[in-house]
Amino acid sequence: MTLPLVEQFQYGLDAPICLTWELTYACNLSCVHCLSSSGRRDPRELSTAECRAVIDELERMQVFYVNIGGGEPTVRPDFWDLVDYATARHVGVKFSTNGVKITPAVARRLAASDYIDVQISLDGATAEVNDAVRGPGSYATALRAMRNLAEADFRGFKISVVVTRQNVSQLDDFKAIADRFGAQLRLTRLRPSGRGADVWDELHPTAGQQRQLYDWLVARGEQVLTGDSFFHLAAYGEALPGLNLCGAGRVVCLIDPVGDVYACPFAIHDSFLAGNVRAPGGFAAVWRESELFADLRRPQTGGACQSCSAYDSCRGGCMAAKFFTGLPLDGPDPECVKGHGERALATVAGAPPRPFGDHSHRSRPVPVSIGARPPASPGPDRACDENPLAGFGPGG
Amino acid sequence: MRCLLRPWPEARAGFDLDRPWQLHPQVSVRPERFGALLYHFGTRRLSFLKSPALLTVVSSLGEAPSAREACRAAGVTEAELPAYAAALETLAGSQMICARVSS
Repeated sequence: MTLPLVEQFQYGLDAPICLTWELTYACNLSCVHCLSSSGRRDPRELSTAECRAVIDELERMQVFYVNIGGGEPTVRPDFWDLVDYATARHVGVKFSTNGVKITPAVARRLAASDYIDVQISLDGATAEVNDAVRGPGSYATALRAMRNLAEADFRGFKISVVVTRQNVSQLDDFKAIADRFGAQLRLTRLRPSGRGADVWDELHPTAGQQRQLYDWLVARGEQVLTGDSFFHLAAYGEALPGLNLCGAGRVVCLIDPVGDVYACPFAIHDSFLAGNVRAPGGFAAVWRESELFADLRRPQTGGACQSCSAYDSCRGGCMAAKFFTGLPLDGPDPECVKGHGERALATVAGAPPRPFGDHSHRSRPVPVSIGARPPASPGPDRACDENPLAGFGPGG
Repeated sequence: MRCLLRPWPEARAGFDLDRPWQLHPQVSVRPERFGALLYHFGTRRLSFLKSPALLTVVSSLGEAPSAREACRAAGVTEAELPAYAAALETLAGSQMICARVSS
């Protein structure tokens, strides 16, 4: 072999290592930072037969597992059937849920399969901090689900936390909750995607908090998962575990509820729309032939970041974070640890692009101010969420 | 055939090239241009093989009388053998491959 693996991955793979599949925009919650602006079901969402056809394709492409999300995927009546259909074809399923359907019986069923992993979303280690973002009662629902999974002896399920200015002081508390349930903590970065665009200014960690997060993560090494989402923090020095690369269109992508394929789960916008699984050739044709993906797999120039000493570490950060804050894609990340992003944000003229498609509940307007207490001590932050390279270790 | 989940006990000093090995039954392998990707459904870990030759070795472990024979059949030279043993040891450590035991 001639190129390091990071270089190989930059040029893309024959099939994604894993991909995110939002099964529905329907959700019982209205989280203020929802990256897919979920709430109401889209009447055009893929039918059971169409979902099965996608799974058949994933099996043929040897995609090891899918990250299923939404919306709240478990509210689809055929959800468990689709999970069984996938795992019977050796396509592993990791699904994200707020826990609403994880009863003791469901937990026992999930614990019985090697091919299923569960990720419970929790954005505060206390009900006060969590419910301010995820809605009243959501903390209790998540904790009940965790208890059910632990009692069913489901070891190592994931507790997934979007790190915010308000919860970054609770990292040790999140870790304690994970330890209590025999779960694994997973921290991911807040993106200005979906409804997150409206609250990003208030919720994203401060520069000081980013540093604390980085130090906390470095100290915990592989004990805490990050989905490779904080690779922009590698510019502080030592890289965090993972491949530290934006995988959009190269090793990951998103299939949305109506079958649209986007470069990554945080980039639901026409500019990152590669095709639709309903078109001839299905998902494989989109992955292998889309012009957008071909573009993303070409060597990137680095643009304004090229001359920065940290560019080889952070590689310019997160594409979606730049796009939805109005920054050029070949410039710094808005949360660049060198401060270049903050300076660039000050020069953005006009409104940044709006996320595409709002499925929010009409009857429940999204609160724009969240009543969180100020952090007792500053904490760190995290950036890139669904990169399948998280936890990637060299095998040979 | 049974699979030992731990590396062979006597092999602590290094990888035992002279005993039979196999891919772990819960591991899926996907060939790629650079070699292959491996995914373990039990540990939920990804790993990779950095060359097509290593993929050939790993794929043939289950049929070969020993890892050394699998390497030889794949065209690995004596000089290259230590590097392959090190790669296989890493794979054994992460349970991607395991010692094969006749039952």
